[in-house]
Order: sequence, then structure tokens, then C-alpha cells
Amino acid sequence: MTGWPSIDRFLQTDPRDVGCDEAIAILHIYVELVLDRGAVDAQRRYDGVAAHLADCGPCGEDYLGLVEAVRSESSR
Amino acid sequence: MAPDKATTGREMIIHDLDGPSAQWLQELQSSGEQRERALTRLHQLLLRIARTEVGRRSSHLQLAGPELDDICHQAAADALMGIVSKLDQFRGESRFTTWAYKFVILELSNKIGRHIWRNPSVQLEPEDWNRLPDRFGLDPADESQWRDLVLALRAAVGQTLTVRQREVFIAIAVDGVPLDALVVRLGTNRNAIYKMMFDARRKLRAALVAGGHLEPIQDDAGQS
Repeated sequence: MTGWPSIDRFLQTDPRDVGCDEAIAILHIYVELVLDRGAVDAQRRYDGVAAHLADCGPCGEDYLGLVEAVRSESSR
Repeated sequence: MAPDKATTGREMIIHDLDGPSAQWLQELQSSGEQRERALTRLHQLLLRIARTEVGRRSSHLQLAGPELDDICHQAAADALMGIVSKLDQFRGESRFTTWAYKFVILELSNKIGRHIWRNPSVQLEPEDWNRLPDRFGLDPADESQWRDLVLALRAAVGQTLTVRQREVFIAIAVDGVPLDALVVRLGTNRNAIYKMMFDARRKLRAALVAGGHLEPIQDDAGQS
């Protein structure tokens, strides 16, 4: 039907998505879970947060930044 | 979007603190020289995190040199204030430092958003749908194939969205304004803009599916 997956993907939303406030509220917990137990465990436990971080550019960027911050400081 | 605690499963209990976290708390809650030393040490740590983070983001930042370092200093200072004022909210669900780093990462995002918005090249302009194909990587050579979809999307934006949803959708999807910069422009917060975009995308997709322009997906049934 459509050959334009970029628009299709952009318009798709995940009903599990918890939104920015709730994702950011537990971002520090989520990041430690990812680093300590792996992304699969974290996604399973907090699927609404994982859905949000995958979809929200700014929160996804903050997530990557926090992961990098913890990694870089723990390797010092 | 999903209900908060049902999805996150967050438990509001105070956990046992690990040694370094307990020490940070004890020193920051003390007084005199011990507290001052802890504040200085934490500020240095936050500044280092801020600099690491702008380095990570540098490829897509139109910022460099003293201006960028100034943003790092501001973010570290504001994060320190935020941490100190919210010490009683630290519940030990993570290491203290991970919790603290979050403050400086968020301050940095906020300040970068402000900076981007002040950049004259990033302003709200009259909507120009000619930008949309480029924004979504649509090849002009294939225009005969995607033209109907773009026209249908434009019609749906006009017919199904509220005035505010339309303003936000066009700024982000058509004009390419970063979400955090739009937050500054509209004087609101990230969650409000994201929610508005979320609802707009959901409504637009439903309209395009109803018009036969997109295939329904499993979640569409629960999103109409």
C-alpha cells in the first residue's frame, strides 16, 4: 500500500509509552538496570519506559548521555 | 499513553544505600568545611560529566569553544543547586552519582534547547510543506508515488488536529524544529509537547489508514 516507511514509522505510536515525565523520573534506575543486568531485562521490567526512550528523541538522547556518564566515570 | 505506575512498576520505598552513596549524603547534609568540600567535589564531577556529554553530542550541536563551555558551567551549577534542594528525594534506588548525573544531563538538554531557539536559523516560520519530502527522505524522482500520501497527510493535519496540535506538528515534522527548542518557544515542558505530538501522530495515522493511504497495524484498533 505504501512505499514510504519513514512517514509510516513517524506516525506510529506505542500505547505502552509512559511519556517524558515518568521516563525521566526513573531514568537513573533504568540506566543502572541496563548496565547491571542488560537492556533486555530493563526493557522487560519497564516496557513503558523502553517504549518511550525508543520513540522520544530528546529523552533517548538523555538516556544515552546518562549511560555514557556512568560508564565513563566508572572506568576512571 | 499508558498509566504511570502500572507500567513502570516503581516502588516508592527507601532502599539501603551503598557505601559511597551514604557518604555523599552524609557529607552534603553536614555543615561547615566538610559540606563545602563535598559541594566542590560534586560540582567538579558534574562539570566533567557536562563536558563529556557535550563532547558526545558535538556532532549535531552548532556550538563550540567558550560558548559551549559556558553552557557546561551553567548546567553544572544549576544541577548542583537542584541536587542540594532535592537531597531528601533521593531514595537510594540507584547509586547517588547516577541520580546526580541525571540532573546535569537534563540541565544540559534544557540549556542546549534554549541556545538552539535563540539561533536565528531556528524560528517558527509560515508552514512550508515543500520541506516535508526532504525531511522524510522522499526522493523527488518518485514523487508520483508519494504525492497522494503527502497530500492526504496535509489534509488530515488541517482536518483532524486542534490548532495547538497543528502548530506543534508542523514545527517539528515539517519545519524540523527540535522538540526541546519548541518547549522553550512555547513556554511549556517536554512532556506536554511530546504528548501533543503523540496524540497528533495517532490521529493522523488513523485518518490515513481510514483513507486507505497506510496499512492498519495491530495497535491501531486500540488507538482510534
